Parts: sequence; structure tokens; C-alpha cells
Amino acid sequence: MIRPEAPVLLEIRDLHASVADQPILHGVNLTIRAGEIHAVMGRNGSGKSTLSKVLAGHPAYTVTGGSVSYRGEDLLALAPELRARRGVFLGFQYPVEIPGVSNLEFLRVATNGRRLEQGAEELDTFAFEDLVRERLAVVQMDPAFLERSVNEGFSGGEKKRNEILQMALLDPLVAILDETDSGLDIDALRIVAGGVNQLATPDNATLLITHYQRLLDVITPDYVHVMAAGRILRTGGKELALELEDRGYDWVDAELAALAPQPVEVG
Amino acid sequence: MAALSMPTAVAAASGWGSELLNALEAGVSPEPALAAARQRAARALADRTLPSRRQEAWRFTDIAPLLAINPAPLAPAATSGSILPSAAAGVVRLLLDGLGDPLAGVTLPAGLETIPTAALEALLQDQPRDLGADDFSKDRSHEPSSHAAASAGSEAPWSGLLAAATAGRLLALRVRGVVEPTLELVSDAASAAGVLPLRVLLILEPEARLELLQVHRAAGASLTTVLVEARLGAGARLSHGLIGEGGGPAVLLADLAIDQQPGSHYAFTSAVAGWALSRLEPRVLQSDGGATTRLRSLQRVDGRQIADQHSQVRFEGPEGELDQLHKAIADGAGRSVFNGAVAVPRAAQRTNAVQLSRSLLLSDRARIDTKPQLEIVADDVKCAHGATVSRLQSEELFYLQSRGIAAATASRLLLRGFCGEVLRELPAAASIWQPLAMVLAEEAPRP
Repeated sequence: MIRPEAPVLLEIRDLHASVADQPILHGVNLTIRAGEIHAVMGRNGSGKSTLSKVLAGHPAYTVTGGSVSYRGEDLLALAPELRARRGVFLGFQYPVEIPGVSNLEFLRVATNGRRLEQGAEELDTFAFEDLVRERLAVVQMDPAFLERSVNEGFSGGEKKRNEILQMALLDPLVAILDETDSGLDIDALRIVAGGVNQLATPDNATLLITHYQRLLDVITPDYVHVMAAGRILRTGGKELALELEDRGYDWVDAELAALAPQPVEVG
Repeated sequence: MAALSMPTAVAAASGWGSELLNALEAGVSPEPALAAARQRAARALADRTLPSRRQEAWRFTDIAPLLAINPAPLAPAATSGSILPSAAAGVVRLLLDGLGDPLAGVTLPAGLETIPTAALEALLQDQPRDLGADDFSKDRSHEPSSHAAASAGSEAPWSGLLAAATAGRLLALRVRGVVEPTLELVSDAASAAGVLPLRVLLILEPEARLELLQVHRAAGASLTTVLVEARLGAGARLSHGLIGEGGGPAVLLADLAIDQQPGSHYAFTSAVAGWALSRLEPRVLQSDGGATTRLRSLQRVDGRQIADQHSQVRFEGPEGELDQLHKAIADGAGRSVFNGAVAVPRAAQRTNAVQLSRSLLLSDRARIDTKPQLEIVADDVKCAHGATVSRLQSEELFYLQSRGIAAATASRLLLRGFCGEVLRELPAAASIWQPLAMVLAEEAPRP
């Protein structure tokens, strides 16, 4: 939903970042307003996953230039956990398995941290169980998953559903979903995408990072950005994704070559 | 102590054992049934040198904290001040203070009975063939099978001999049928100084079932030295937990000699933290194979603490099973040692043994030595082992942080998860001792 008067949630300006001294992002610009769904597409190594990790505050990535403002606040100055509590959510491409930590306890601690930030009261074990059972429906998840260790032994699809369950509980204002469609069969993709659609409201925004059009068949983006060599090369509407599907990414190379001398390295 | 030159240190060390024996000589006389066995052990002990890092079995374990303990019996009054949590429902608690009769005023539940003196003398006479550390690798399958009780054998480990030579009391129980309540054995040296020797013998008749929880606590300059022998008849099941909650200069030495008949099941889970020095030696003998053994252990060191786990499992017949998981957390300048010996001689065909050791290194100054020691002669066996030493995984930490969980809380969650895998296998009655809070040295939550 594009509304020019809607408040800006995230404003990325000329963002440069590197990992292990290797520059990956070379000046990303992106403005996201409430109610919008953005898709960032690009080849492997174009920097799109790096963008998501930098926004979430992964310690392996160093910001070397530019700024990110989240609701007027300097996002990059916040520790990862504070970004999450303020409402920035990263759905992982590869959710991490954490043996011995119960999924239910993990979800409760995380949810209460966010609720405190929102000025809501903390939920005790019983109240939280009620909430989590209700939110399980968003991703059609079996309550048995709550009793298991975080992501341990989950299939690829179960892990991604668990990510969306966390999103449903944390109620983020900006949700960044990194390759949420990867490794999903068509049924799991529908369930996960259905969850994302249910959670999208006029007050929040979603940034989908994806390689393929198929996710965008089920979640309709307001904007599609094509990333290459660490920057956003072109921005358009949903038809841009279809064009990519049609023409492949080869034209991106041509466009890149036509530009001024580019850093050649990709991440 | 550190300033002593080497020869003086050795003299001081060998003096420690004889001083202790002399002090005990002058003290309380042991129970009559125990007197002869104790003398045998004392003689064997006198022939041994004190453990030192020149011996393979003590290579990584400095006994300086032990030598700092006054070699004299624990002062009797000092233990009375300790405050213990009330025993949980369905638990029979016996207090072991090395002096009083732990059974005084206690009604034993159905299935548990004391062993009369005459029978006890015979049991202790039974010259055991031991699993001594010194010649553990020797293939002794040609020898006739007998009990594992290593108490009086000349090749028993030093710590077991020490307990056998110094304990003035023996808690000896026979187990028949299914014992419903958990048997809880508790010692608490509290802030007292000196040596607290304890000895326990359990005879599980065929098909008997018992849940046993040992709890040892100390916070002063004391040594708790404990020898537990258990003989499991055919089809018997013993679920055994040990919680060792130490503090300050306290030292714990625990020797567990377990003999399993075919068809029996022995599960041992230990959690040990806070001792200046602790050493656990669970030694399991499957005398004719065909039994199942499950070992779970967790130890944590911080400061300059040393925690040592030396386990031995020996299969003397075919089709035995072992499932072993050892975990360690090393912080500060602590030192964690694990040696897991598994012997599968020729007679032990179709043995199935798995041993894993997982250690977390939380500080650059801490040290972890972990060593599987599999000695396999039989050819038709499945034996797997693995060892990992790692830090808290940064991807796991980031994942939790990205959900709004602060780094410190995230670390604690990960540590709790790490510990939980072992602690959840303690007998249910262990929860009142709050083993998780003990291991992680956290404020115990109010119940």
C-alpha cells in the first residue's frame, strides 16, 4: 500500500558495509514508509543478504559509511537486541538450531522483551501460552513444536514457519525476510506467504529479500528493487519482478558495465 | 606451598596420607565389620605414593588443593550448622556425617534392608578384582569374573583406597524388588575443616530397582572422600545421580565401583561445580557383558578450580551397551579434565559403545583436557567416540539477540541449554537442590 503521506519507517542513505575487510555494500539508498511491501531481488553475491544482516546488526559486518534512520533514530547505533525490541525483525535465511533451549521459553523471553518496549505488560507462562497458541494458527504450526528445542531437528519448512511465528509474536514495524522462500515446497511457501500477508498492516512494512519471482506471486510488493554489486541498480513496481523473471539477470550485467568503473568484487 | 622446592613438596605430600591415617588411628574406632577391610585398605594405601602429575592418571590434575586440607577428621560439631532444603516428597533422606548412624530414627521403605554384620564381613572379604587405573588396558578376560568392588584391591584408584582406609562407617543396604521412594544420601561439610570419609555399599538383587541420589556439599577447607560400590544382579536397574556443590577450598573425591550382571541397567548422572578440586571416578564393570550403561556428566570450573572426571567402563562379555555423554564448562583460569576409558576385550563381541565429550571454553585462561581412551580387542563391535571443545557459538548468540534478547541473557540461555541436556537426566528428586543454579553459579530462583 503506497501512501506518500505515510510516515517513513526506515531510511537508508548511501550505506557502505564490509565483511572481513571485504567491501560488499557500495552505497545503498532505500526509503520505506508504513504500509509498504518492498522486494529486493538480485543474484547471489549482489549484497542483498548483507543488507539484511547489517540492518539487524550482525557483528561480522562493519558499516563503513552512510546512515540508517529508523523512525528518526540512528539504527546503526543500537545493539542488535535493541533494534529487535524497537521493532526491527530479521527472518533468517538459515534459522539457527539451539539445542537445549526450549522454543517456548525462547519465544516467551523474546516476546516479553518486545512488549516491555511497547509499553505492554509482560506475559506470565500461562498468558503467553494462550497468545502463542493463537499465533500458531498464522503459520498452521503444530503446538508440539513449542516443546522442542529452538529449530533443532526442524525441517527447512518448519524452520521458516517458526521464523514467521516469531514475527507474529514480536509484532515488528519493519520485517526483513531474508530468502524466506528458499528451501520451501509450494505448500510451505503458501503457508509462509499467507502468514506474511496476514501480518502486513498499514502501520508496518515488509522488506522481502528474494532471488525468485515465485514468492512475489503470493505476496504482492509495492516496490521491487534490483540489487547488483552492492547497490540498488533499479527500482520499479511489481512488473519489474516479472521482467526479471522473463529476461533473467543478464541485462543487469550490461547495465552495470555501462556504468562508471565499478568495484568488481562481490560477496 | 608453591614456594617449596620439589623434594620438600614430595615429602610434604607423602606425609599428608600418613598424617591422616595416624590422626584416624587415634580417633573413633570403625564398625567391627569394617575393621579388617579398613586395615587392608590402609596397608595398600601406605604402599602407594600420593597422586602426582608424574602419574598418567593424574597428569592434568594438580592435587595442591588436597594437600592444603588439614589431614584430620572433620570436627563433629561443625557439620551441624548446615541448612539443607527439606527432602522432597517420596524421598528417603539419609544424612552421612561419617560419625553418626545414618539409619538412626529412619524407617527404611519396602525393598531396602540393612545387611547383617556377618554377611557384610563376607561381602567385604570377597577379594575383588578391581578395575585399577594402573593396568586398565590389560586384557584380563581369561580371569574368572568377580566383583568390581575395588575398595581393598591393591590396584584400586587412590581416591577409593583413601575412602576405604579412612571411613569409619559403612552404609550397606540390600535392595529387593522395586523401591518406590528415591534414596537420597546427603553429606554437608559446610564450613568445617578436615576430612570426611564416606563409604556406601549397595547390593541390588536380581530385578531390583532403585533410584539413588547422592548430594555432597562443602564450603570450607575440607575433603569429602566417598566410595560407593554397587552390585547389580541380573535385570536390576539403578538410576544414580550425584550432585557435588562445592565452594572455597573444598575438595571432593568420589570413587564409584559398579558391577553389572547381564540384563541390568545402570544410569549415572553427575553435576559438579564450585570445588577447588573435584575428581569423580565412575568405574563400571559389565562382568559378563549383556548389560546397559548410561553415563551423563556435567562439570563447571571457574577461578582456579580443577574438575576431573575419570570414567572407566569395561565389558567382560558380549553384547554390552554404553551410552556416555560428558560435558564441561571452563571459565576463569579453571581447569577441566575428562578421561573416558572404555575397554572391550576379546570376550566382548557385539559391544555397542558411544562416548561423546562436549566442552565449552568461556575464557582464554581456562583449560580443557579431554581424552577418550578406547581399547578395543574384540573385532565385531560398534564403538564411536567424539570430542568437541568450543566457545559459545556467535551465530546462536546473534540469533537470540536478533529476537531482542540481550547478549548476557542470550549467553545464559545457551549455557542453560548446554547444561540441561545432562541435568534433565538427574533423578526427579534432584530438583530441590537446584542443580542448574548451582552449576551456573546463579542466584537460585525462589521456589
